[in-house]
Amino acid sequence: MKRISRRKLIGSGLAATAGVAGLAAAGKLAERYGLVPPDCGGVFGPGETLTYGVQRVLTAHSLAREFPRSMISAAPFANATDAPGAAFDGLRAGGFADWRLQVDGLVERPGTYSLADLKGMGRRSQITEIACEEGWSYIAEWIGTPLTAVLQAAGMKAEARYVAYFSIDKGWWDSMDMGDALHPQTLLAWGMNDGELPVGFGGPLRMRVPRQLGYKSIKYIARVTATDSMKGFGKGLGSASPEGGYAWYAGM
Amino acid sequence: MLVRVTHWATVVCFAALLVTGVEIVISHPRFYWGETGNVMMRPLFTLPIASSRGTVPTGYGYVMPDENGWSRYLHFEAAWAAVLTGLVYGIAGVWSGHFRRDLLPGRGEWSWRAWWAVLALYLRREPAGEARRYNVLQKAAYLAVVFGLFPAMIWTGLALSPAFDSAVPWAVDVLGGRQSARTLHFFVTGALVVFVVVHVAMVIHAGFWSRMRAMITGRGEERE
Repeated sequence: MKRISRRKLIGSGLAATAGVAGLAAAGKLAERYGLVPPDCGGVFGPGETLTYGVQRVLTAHSLAREFPRSMISAAPFANATDAPGAAFDGLRAGGFADWRLQVDGLVERPGTYSLADLKGMGRRSQITEIACEEGWSYIAEWIGTPLTAVLQAAGMKAEARYVAYFSIDKGWWDSMDMGDALHPQTLLAWGMNDGELPVGFGGPLRMRVPRQLGYKSIKYIARVTATDSMKGFGKGLGSASPEGGYAWYAGM
Repeated sequence: MLVRVTHWATVVCFAALLVTGVEIVISHPRFYWGETGNVMMRPLFTLPIASSRGTVPTGYGYVMPDENGWSRYLHFEAAWAAVLTGLVYGIAGVWSGHFRRDLLPGRGEWSWRAWWAVLALYLRREPAGEARRYNVLQKAAYLAVVFGLFPAMIWTGLALSPAFDSAVPWAVDVLGGRQSARTLHFFVTGALVVFVVVHVAMVIHAGFWSRMRAMITGRGEERE
């Protein structure tokens, strides 16, 4: 056994104190710059916070990869979803003419928009890959209205930090930070491969978040709300995913 | 001592990464080459196991339980721990001269003859004894793992992140696409598992308990 000198002991003590203080300061800074995910608690919290924080810094201005038209998958695969319910069937029978997107929360002008309203607010199309957390993927052209255009039209307030979005299918809801909400490639998609967005792929309206895995791209969007905290939504973990054991942030 | 601490930390990380990685593969035990791949497309190969998703046609008529949620959380947390451990090991290895002194083959060891001499020792199953230095085969294996397979694992893993790919698109493009990166991630895992099996077999061959004691307590080491 080696003898520990007093100098070494004091040195280590100081280093440890500095380390703890440094970590605490880093935590405060990370919180302030939005680098801490809503599901930062528990045993997986440290790893998840590292992943989210580092990727947020790394992807501050990055665009998801876009592909040439020739790479569009001839046979895309849609995960089968349970029937979204009777209300959905009624709207579908009417050709989704009565589909409404409700926009509320921290906005100056809460309101509801029809699909035609949305199409008049802006259009962007991009050929991106959608990848499932399971491992499979396909490439498609996604056509829609940038979410940022809708938020701008509604007059989103400066204190908003997250945009939560809800499927007409009650169990499905999610949220994203401003980095993704204001991102030019984040679409409220209503078209796919030069046609209407098929119901199997989320039609009439799907949130497309191309820098994250497929489960962030929720189908059948009926409501979008801006908020400064995810505490009041569900169990406060940011989305339905962590309640089912999956991470809120799906960039990895 | 740092080599021993980082070794055992890596063992824990590797075990966690392997178990969770297998769980994630079970949700889609098909592998493809190129950018895209799904059940509507022809796979490169398919693992003969049941899946945890009913949408994957495995032919087993049995759907395994979904363990992807915690597996994904733990996979990335263990990956962070492994990377941070690797950084400590890497910096210390350069600083202390461990790489240069213990891992880089010496001048006389670069010839086929020298490699063959060591291999012949193994083939004749001669007792290794209390070796103080790594032989050239050990050096080559450890170098390949530390500077080849470990970085390849991180690279192919990061290439599977759509966010990372948006910032560093060439990381996935030079691998031949997202599905190629996933398949390579699987192959490199296989190579690491082969290394671990051989490594443990060699430890047993050299005397399991004496080697374990040395690797845990450091007794038998020349110096700290």
